[in-house]
Amino acid sequence: MDSLCKMTAHALSEKIKKREISATELTKAHLAHIEEIEPNVNSFITVTSETALEMANAVDKKIANGEALSSLAGIPMAIKDNISTDGIKTTCASKMLQNYVPPFDATVVDKLRQADCVFIGKANMDEFAMGSSTENSYFKKTKNPRNTDCIPGGSSGGSAAAVAANESVFALGSDTGGSIRQPAAMCGVVGMKPTYGLVSRYGLIAFASSLDQIGPLTKDVRDCATVLEVIAGKDDKDSTSLSCENTNFLGALNEDCKGMRIGLPQEYLEGGIDAPIKEAVLNAAKAYEKMGAEIVDVSLPMLSHALETYYMISSAEASSNLARYDGVRYGFRAENCNNLEELFLKTRSEGFGDEVKRRIMLGTFVLSSGYYDAYYKKAQKARTLICRDFSSAFENCDTILTPTSPCTAWKFGEKSEDPLQMYLADICTVSVNIAGLPALSLPCGVDTNGLPIGIQLIGDTMHDCDVLHAAYALEQSNTFLPIGGAGA
Amino acid sequence: MKYETVIGLEVHAELATNTKIYCSCANQFGGDTNTRCCPVCIGLPGTLPVLNRRVVDFAIKAGLSMHCDIASVCKQDRKNYFYPDLPKAYQISQFDLPLCYDGYVEIDTEEETKKIGITRIHIEEDAGKLLHAEGANFSLVDYNRGGVPLIEIVSEPDMRSPEEAMLFLESIKSILQAIGVSDCKMQEGSLRCDINVSVRPFGQKDFGVRTECKNVNSFRAAVRAIRYERDRQIALLEAGETVEQETRRWDDAKGMSFLMRSKEEAQDYRYFPEPDLMPIHIDAAWIEKMQNELPELPQDKKRRYMTSFDLPQYDASLLSASKGLSTIFEEAVQSGAKPKTASNWLLGEISKIVNERVIDATEIPFDGKALAELISLIESGTISGTIAKQVLPKMFDKSQSAKEIVEAEGLAQISDEGAIIDLIKEVLSNNAPAVADYHAGKDRAIGFLTGQIMRASKGKANPAVIQTKLREVLNEMKA
Repeated sequence: MDSLCKMTAHALSEKIKKREISATELTKAHLAHIEEIEPNVNSFITVTSETALEMANAVDKKIANGEALSSLAGIPMAIKDNISTDGIKTTCASKMLQNYVPPFDATVVDKLRQADCVFIGKANMDEFAMGSSTENSYFKKTKNPRNTDCIPGGSSGGSAAAVAANESVFALGSDTGGSIRQPAAMCGVVGMKPTYGLVSRYGLIAFASSLDQIGPLTKDVRDCATVLEVIAGKDDKDSTSLSCENTNFLGALNEDCKGMRIGLPQEYLEGGIDAPIKEAVLNAAKAYEKMGAEIVDVSLPMLSHALETYYMISSAEASSNLARYDGVRYGFRAENCNNLEELFLKTRSEGFGDEVKRRIMLGTFVLSSGYYDAYYKKAQKARTLICRDFSSAFENCDTILTPTSPCTAWKFGEKSEDPLQMYLADICTVSVNIAGLPALSLPCGVDTNGLPIGIQLIGDTMHDCDVLHAAYALEQSNTFLPIGGAGA
Repeated sequence: MKYETVIGLEVHAELATNTKIYCSCANQFGGDTNTRCCPVCIGLPGTLPVLNRRVVDFAIKAGLSMHCDIASVCKQDRKNYFYPDLPKAYQISQFDLPLCYDGYVEIDTEEETKKIGITRIHIEEDAGKLLHAEGANFSLVDYNRGGVPLIEIVSEPDMRSPEEAMLFLESIKSILQAIGVSDCKMQEGSLRCDINVSVRPFGQKDFGVRTECKNVNSFRAAVRAIRYERDRQIALLEAGETVEQETRRWDDAKGMSFLMRSKEEAQDYRYFPEPDLMPIHIDAAWIEKMQNELPELPQDKKRRYMTSFDLPQYDASLLSASKGLSTIFEEAVQSGAKPKTASNWLLGEISKIVNERVIDATEIPFDGKALAELISLIESGTISGTIAKQVLPKMFDKSQSAKEIVEAEGLAQISDEGAIIDLIKEVLSNNAPAVADYHAGKDRAIGFLTGQIMRASKGKANPAVIQTKLREVLNEMKA
């Protein structure tokens, strides 16, 4: 594999600007690498080679004209296949949208186009972002590049694998209950979910409206901050997007930890967390102390209700968001339907996979007459309490340190028999989405099987800079061995 | 047993904003199918709604003009159900926190001015339109109407007769038109109503079982549907049966309603707060601004017409309720016409033509000045009242003024005494029997002879001059 493919965006950007390599060369190198290893990784649903080369060519023309370029110009990137790309199939890894081509770009896609990025492909995922292993994809299963017998995590499994396997320099994913952070941890890359509202959701095919956020998966924290700067910003097309005062994310990258207060919540280290992961978190805490930070005990007791709260709210919103897939206007339509009811029933029975149907049924039930108060409304009240938990904790610390996942990557099929087992994999990540907070997963070594471990840093709302700062400091401290041997 | 009818109405009015409620597509009637749509109002995956502020402006104005309280905080909710004309499979509406509530509207019945309560007014989006081709095994859907902003006005069950319901609907229409919030053209679907009817024996405190009837597409259809439902329910009760709570569909052509959904089949809409939209905060400043932009309301106009122009309540009521008629009326009076005369023309001949042509009074192509001119032509004796009635339709068709039409077609009244005497003498010489009748004391002959003279003059002879001169000539003859 071309060593170019192993490099970070910031290093490659330097080379491009110095004209040491052309954008076309860089894209070709990645396309060649994809061709070589993709059959053994399956990161992509669609590889957009022609588009990529066109985009790279356009960048090279700009360079030749001496035009000023963004820090991401010419950098090959993957886009999770639930983010709308104008003219490029966007399937959500579902039979329902297997041939759906959006006539518009998501706002983040438009921003990355403006930044002259190169779109190398649409990344595989769990169908409609529902899952934690990418095994729920209608098309294919993505393999963890660190160990191809194992799942890459989910639902942004393809995005994480593409970065880990160096098939793309960075990727966009989406995170509703951990779908960026958990696969990032599983594959040993950086993954961040920004504060809810920091990045526009316009064009992100909705799963759970009050929880979804788009975010970057990258090789290092600097790249993460760079991508976040490009995609963040209030969008008039998304009524839930926010203005952020401080978007100088690169400026936040600082190795100095003096005065930083790192909160350690006991509830996140109690039972159910594998030993090597617990160890990694505690090592991280020690590293922070060595760097001058203060470790503070905090308590987040509502963690015990986070999973139910999450599954009730997300399923309810999903049942409504996915109701539009009825075979009438676009997407899959079942054949041999004799009347309207058959059209709806057959299209949705045949078009959706099992996990999607499971959640739609759960969500419909939770919202139905007679049950709304006991389930949906109650879950929203629990949500308020979870938010308050974090608010109290943040009175005593700046950033909270937890595991990202209770376990490292498991083997294919190990958890797919029991949906509830799969849901438990999200225990460390869901409360972050419920509270709308920013959080990042940082690779922190491997377990005895060589499988990556991620630690999670959670910040207060709109404190994405603090999260990046803490992550950068830990990353640069070289506390953990870098994860090598990715891909071929 | 005598029964009392209890009626409540739910009126949906399309708002006359420039763009749709959640996207920037044009809000206009008609157009080629599926040309006024965008990813947002078709509900393409990944799209999000953005609330059009003008919709809230208009809803506040509607609420204020109906004496409602305006919510300081309200939200939008999703109403979930599957149907091909509903692209997202949910309608964004308002469930438990409507924008306006606790208001009323006044209607003038024969006996009194009655207050009909307005329970609530809320904002929501319209669905597309399904087109069913006759005999085809498919239907087509047009999403131009999808996302058009609506207000839903829910009345208290305060009406007691189909006539009161009609007055209520007319009142709503005149208010919404007056404040410029909706053009209320039922034939274009910009005003729709569902009726809720129950009956109870006179004197009973509890309400009877209520049924809902949809697909009522005109005010007269509403009256017919209410009458039918009242009669149907009374017939059931008299036969010892019970009225079932159901949703029915009105078929105006057949003059009947049919069962649509029984209580058991009632849909569960699974309402929950719309997570893609922020709560709406309405402060006192916003309300005051809307209040200041409100024009004179129909009821206030009615009172002013009665006091300032000395119009009877009947005239004042009808004129003030119509934006088109009241505008012309005030212009005509300003141009010198006597109020009662202008009113008579507007409520009489002009309204007749408006109804014949099935247009709205706002579409009358001439203004009050032109009406005042027509009236002055009569008062100056240039034309007779009869001729004026011929000139009026021409004022609708041509862009000429009354004066121009009279000149162009030579319709001026003949008032010259000499000319009239010649006419009289001619007619008398052709009608000897009638002359003889008159001389024999049958005064009725005057009427006949006058008619003949009018005919001979093609209606142009001045009737007042005929009156005086005819008897003169006849009496001269006798002598």
